[in-house]
Amino acid sequence: MTVDARVVIVGSGPGGATFAEAITRFGWDCIMLEKGRNHLLEREPPYAPKTVFSNDEIKFVHRHVLGPDPLLEPRTYRRDEDDGERLLVGDVNNLPSTVGGGGVHADSKLPRFREEDFRLRTTYGPVEGAAVEDWPISYDDLEPYYAEVERSIGVAGDHTANPFASWRSGPYPMPPGPDMYGATLSTAAAERLGLHPYPAPTGANSVPYDGRPACNNCGFCGLYGCPIHAKGDPIAMLRRALQTGRCQLRPECVVTDILVDRRRRRATGLRYLDAAGDSHTITAEFVVLAGGAFETPRLLLHNGLANSSGLVGRHLMYHVQTLSVGGFPFRLHGHRGRSVTHLHDDHLVPDREARRAAREAGLPWIRGGIVEHGAAAGPVLEAKTYQPGPGHNPSMYHSDLRDRLWVFTMQGEDLPQPTNRVDLDPAIRDVWGRPAGRATYRPHRHEVVASAHIAPILERVLLGAGAEWSFSTTSPPLGPITALDRQNPLGLAPASKHVMGTCRMGDDPTTSVVDAQSRFHDIENLLCADSAVFVTSTGYGPTLTLAALALRAACLLTGNPLPRTNRPAG
Amino acid sequence: MPVFFTDAEYAAVAAACERLLPADPELGAPGATRAGVADYIDQLLGAFAFDPPRIWAGGPFSGRWGGEARFGAFLELSPLEELAWRTRIEGSRGLPEREINGPVVGLQERYRAGLRALGADFAACDGPEQDARLDAVPEFKALLYEHACEGLYGDPVYGGNRDQVGWRFIGFPGDAQPRGYTDAEVYRP
Ligand SMILES: Cc1cc2nc3c(=O)[nH]c(=O)nc-3n(C[C@H](O)[C@H](O)[C@H](O)COP(=O)(O)OP(=O)(O)OC[C@H]3O[C@@H](n4cnc5c(N)ncnc54)[C@H](O)[C@@H]3O)c2cc1C
Ligand code: SF4
Repeated sequence: MTVDARVVIVGSGPGGATFAEAITRFGWDCIMLEKGRNHLLEREPPYAPKTVFSNDEIKFVHRHVLGPDPLLEPRTYRRDEDDGERLLVGDVNNLPSTVGGGGVHADSKLPRFREEDFRLRTTYGPVEGAAVEDWPISYDDLEPYYAEVERSIGVAGDHTANPFASWRSGPYPMPPGPDMYGATLSTAAAERLGLHPYPAPTGANSVPYDGRPACNNCGFCGLYGCPIHAKGDPIAMLRRALQTGRCQLRPECVVTDILVDRRRRRATGLRYLDAAGDSHTITAEFVVLAGGAFETPRLLLHNGLANSSGLVGRHLMYHVQTLSVGGFPFRLHGHRGRSVTHLHDDHLVPDREARRAAREAGLPWIRGGIVEHGAAAGPVLEAKTYQPGPGHNPSMYHSDLRDRLWVFTMQGEDLPQPTNRVDLDPAIRDVWGRPAGRATYRPHRHEVVASAHIAPILERVLLGAGAEWSFSTTSPPLGPITALDRQNPLGLAPASKHVMGTCRMGDDPTTSVVDAQSRFHDIENLLCADSAVFVTSTGYGPTLTLAALALRAACLLTGNPLPRTNRPAG
Repeated sequence: MPVFFTDAEYAAVAAACERLLPADPELGAPGATRAGVADYIDQLLGAFAFDPPRIWAGGPFSGRWGGEARFGAFLELSPLEELAWRTRIEGSRGLPEREINGPVVGLQERYRAGLRALGADFAACDGPEQDARLDAVPEFKALLYEHACEGLYGDPVYGGNRDQVGWRFIGFPGDAQPRGYTDAEVYRP
């Protein structure tokens, strides 16, 4: 039987782009369908970068040029069934829907997970009410793929700087970029309190790399596309895939159905609608889902596929964000440079105090997450936060929020719970008439306790760095919803853009959805190349790990596994 | 010449926004009127009077810091983007393709209704009276405020922040490409 393409890929974000680059390098061909628009690169050789990204707060932050438009593609959210069918409709953890996906406007801190993150249950033990499991693969299995995606994305970092990091087969391909002024203060204060901050490994060029220029510190980074393509957005990977001549990229094409054979054991291709609304099918030997950990389960549930375990959509994880902010008596010019230049990992490794806090709360252990040392947003967002009237001007003039605020954002580990899930909303539809995805999500008590334990430490660091005042908040709100929560610009739903776990990986088809090679247990020629496969959320940004897993899946599929790397001696 | 508002509506919007974001000569705050905030709102509500519609400015550079000035070349919308933005601005108006999850009241309608509630004589009223009338329509006041902030501190290409008066007031340089900042400008105090 002839097929239209050997592989068809849903989604062009970091996961799909990594997969496409790998298989085309090994001589396979693919068609990549992306529902969003193409603002990233020309579709004719030499696939030059496009030039529509800019330092424009209106376009990116207030008129969401990268999509998805919540009027066309609403999502819904509720904490649990007591909220009724939904608590809100609109933007729920929306990541851009565009060629390049969420890679385009991420500011791309790309740390690796650590060895113990892949065996959380063995290392720390089970937690009541949570499905804490080990991953079916280890850090050692993934190390060569980590090293390779760090090179292909282009990550700038210092491999000696983080004492908690696991072993590596080599240094980062680029040195770190410049520290932000605020970070020079907050890292020094953190060190004085015994913490171990380090330059964030970042997917932004610190020197010219891979034919793209060095970052020039323009400051419009997180939430914006990079006007000079210094970011490790998926442009480099997509370009290389296109340059092989074996990848066809089709933007503005939304996949509506996964096609399967009569026994529903093999995928035969996809159905999609093009920009004109016409329906097409593509046949393929392999189908790869890389629509992100929210859209992937939504598509499967819509088709009722690959769900013999009943776990598709379940174990939805975010990072529970603890935001500690400090107000400084002087200006920090946080609008210069990338959005975040430093991290610290200390709260991922429980110390004596964390163990005591856990014991007192009746939990076996608690872990937080990486803490990002960063600054605040643009002036429109700042202005909207203040009240109207005569008081507005002094607030903007002194700029307590934008220019004198330093923020720690902790991406706290979120334990997997089967009741947290993506499913189909019973009433709300998207523009194509398909049921909207609905998130049902409430943090586990572990997250509440961990946040409460760590926030005061972060506040102490801020005060030590020279802040006059400091307070902390969380997203989502961890208590009952108050009037204040309703006004909070972060919203009621988790603000986290890290979405994971909805098709978890495992060896047992009754307790997991995909196998250790990222193939669906029920449909072996269907693969997943996004963070839906994560078993646990860890406390690290998901993107480097999801790209490493996508690369590994592509290498294993095409029979080209990367050679194992060795832990350096000593 | 406003593209969407009548002259009287324009005057009322300008007066209302000036109450929300008043000039303050002592601090050097320009205020909404001086910044052309009503033009920003008028061009948003009238975005489809232009081709391409004035929703998303072009890129990559404004020209203020070097490079070719391209912000003025507004982006074309895809058919779906046009559907979304027309629905947002004009409302669903009973058109089935715009009623994906039921009717949508558009921004134009919300402005017209809000201005009606403020009264035809709004622009001529004194400040305290204007404040009282704005307080009586809290939802419209919130909408105005949101747009007024965008018009004061957003890029001038959208019609507000005239001569960058908003940015100048707060010492914000605005867009920075292609110049960017040197490493020393990033890490030094
Ligand atoms: C502001 C911001 C900052 C971030 N910072 C970081 C960070 O510092 N570190 C980090 O690790 N992560 C960060 N992230 C998260 C990161 O962007 C995501 O983890 C990453 O993009 C996920 O990659 P993905 O390929 O799985 O999915 P996505 O990037 O979501 O891409 C999926 C693509 O598939 C398309 N698609 C979905 N369904 C369909 C369909 N049915 N048909 C056709 N196309 C479809 C979507 O349009 C989308 O373009 C950040 C995100 C944001 C928004
Ligand atoms: S800060 Fe650097 S990487 Fe980020 S958008 Fe600006 S130039 Fe690009």
